[in-house]
Amino acid sequence: MDIVVLIKPTPDITKVKFDVEKGVVDRSSATLEINPFDLYAIEVAKRIKRLFGGTITSISMAPPHAEPALRDAIARGVDRAILLSDKRFAGADTLATSYTLAAAIRKLGHFDIILCGEKSVDGDTAHVGPEVAEFLGIPHISFVTRITSISRDTIVVEADFGDAYYEVELRLPALVALSRPVIFKEEFVEPSMPRVSDVLRAKRARVEVWNADALSDVANASRFGLAGSPTRVVKAYYALEKGRNARVVRGDEGVAAILNALRELGVVL
Amino acid sequence: MNWQGILVYAENYSGSINRASFELLGKARELIPKVGGDVYATVVTNKESVERHSKELVAFGADKVIVYTVEEMLLPNPVVHRVALINAISYAKPRLVLVPATPWGRSIAPRVAAAIGTGITADCLDVYIDENGDVVQVRPAFTGNIIAHIKTLTNPVMATVRPGVFPLPQPRYDRKGEVIVRDVSVPNADSVKVLGVSKKKAVKLSEAEVIVAIGRGVKSKEDVKLFEELAKALKAQLACSRPLVDMGWMERDRQVGFSGSIVKPKLYIALGISGAPQHIAGMKDSKYIIAVNIDQSAPIVKYSDLVVIGDIYDIAKKLLHALKSSQF
Repeated sequence: MDIVVLIKPTPDITKVKFDVEKGVVDRSSATLEINPFDLYAIEVAKRIKRLFGGTITSISMAPPHAEPALRDAIARGVDRAILLSDKRFAGADTLATSYTLAAAIRKLGHFDIILCGEKSVDGDTAHVGPEVAEFLGIPHISFVTRITSISRDTIVVEADFGDAYYEVELRLPALVALSRPVIFKEEFVEPSMPRVSDVLRAKRARVEVWNADALSDVANASRFGLAGSPTRVVKAYYALEKGRNARVVRGDEGVAAILNALRELGVVL
Repeated sequence: MNWQGILVYAENYSGSINRASFELLGKARELIPKVGGDVYATVVTNKESVERHSKELVAFGADKVIVYTVEEMLLPNPVVHRVALINAISYAKPRLVLVPATPWGRSIAPRVAAAIGTGITADCLDVYIDENGDVVQVRPAFTGNIIAHIKTLTNPVMATVRPGVFPLPQPRYDRKGEVIVRDVSVPNADSVKVLGVSKKKAVKLSEAEVIVAIGRGVKSKEDVKLFEELAKALKAQLACSRPLVDMGWMERDRQVGFSGSIVKPKLYIALGISGAPQHIAGMKDSKYIIAVNIDQSAPIVKYSDLVVIGDIYDIAKKLLHALKSSQF
């Protein structure tokens, strides 16, 4: 099977610092790594490859300094990593990003399944999976918690619709956006650290960089980047700035304080 | 007239309309004087429910209801809903399309936006009209650390809105509205087959009034029982942070945080949860937050109203004792 994994290099959300004044992320405060949700997509891709053979190709759109994240993907089992990087891609919202990723997938030629994380820790939108599927004209399913079965023609998954989990069968090629944790057949999928030998191998591996010209035969360049993005951030600010002024108490005094709060909130009579 | 009015997508894949759809109708009524035009609702439903669902949507604020009927079997098929929403947009040509930011809505709406080539904003906490008459969408990003205000340059403006951020309006069953029944053909509906419900949700934390949440401070799977008992005594739902789900001690439906549920209860009691940013993103909007932790420097302290420094086992047992004793 030809498997495509969409990987977004994102800042480590536990380390990243925010410019509280400007309401933006201090990009220098954390290096880019694989979006945690996308690690599950790599793991599921490896399991599908084990069953059917084939290749795993990852596609990312990011600035050049995202390259170490792609080497990490190679160390984790991706066969071929493609980085879409060009100033003309910059400033893209989810629509322009998805358009560009879809163009790159079309450029690749044949594929059987596209896997990605349900959303990213920085954008939080969960748009890119469905939008890429739309641009490619293939079915998709998001918020997938289990891969129940897969053949060369179909995949059966369990997906969260909101009120309940539904069993859904998709005809391949299709795009599957994964939640975490996710189950592959009966097994809990857990991303593991790559082996040292794989990290060393990945260091020497080639990360292919494609610019906007590389996509000129499959895409309209006016739809890339900021020019192709219909949404604009007009204002942003740091949301967690104002903490609450907690009353801090200890031990048995704490028990009394909690009971008091319960009574005041009407939780107990 | 083009690009006027507001279209609300009423989510109905199970036979009953998700209440978040009615919240959006309430918001649409509030915004419509500044937007102009009508408030539309669109719904996919089976033949038998056309009248019931149309009446409901009018009562909650729709001027016009665009209905697509399908066979019962196809009701939970997202391919059908995609085609219906695209059709409703091309019929109503609204300035703004609102969709509940449920997993279902967040899966369908971006596909529709890509199909019609317009911008979409995810999981909004508010939508307002600014002094220029532009629609502004307010949403969190970076795992809830940043709040961004976003404008869309294309028509229609599309937004998914987090359930529960707007109040449920009072339905008025004497309101008059127009019902427009439309047909669509759905090519490739069989590319996605919904085989049925595989698992009901253990709990819907987003609707809980009181939540007792546990984290790494719990030492074994057996110990979860103690906190379950405490939750029961408080008529609360038991919840947890991510590590307990990863270890298989708790079901994923009970996870609060960025990759679990976003909650906003009256009271949130965090026991042995240090407060990783991903967890804070899921509970920081709770009305009152109590944290019990051995570490006063834990990040959760900053986001709490009451912090008790101590052992969660000791405090849970004493609370249970007090709640059960006659003196209380």
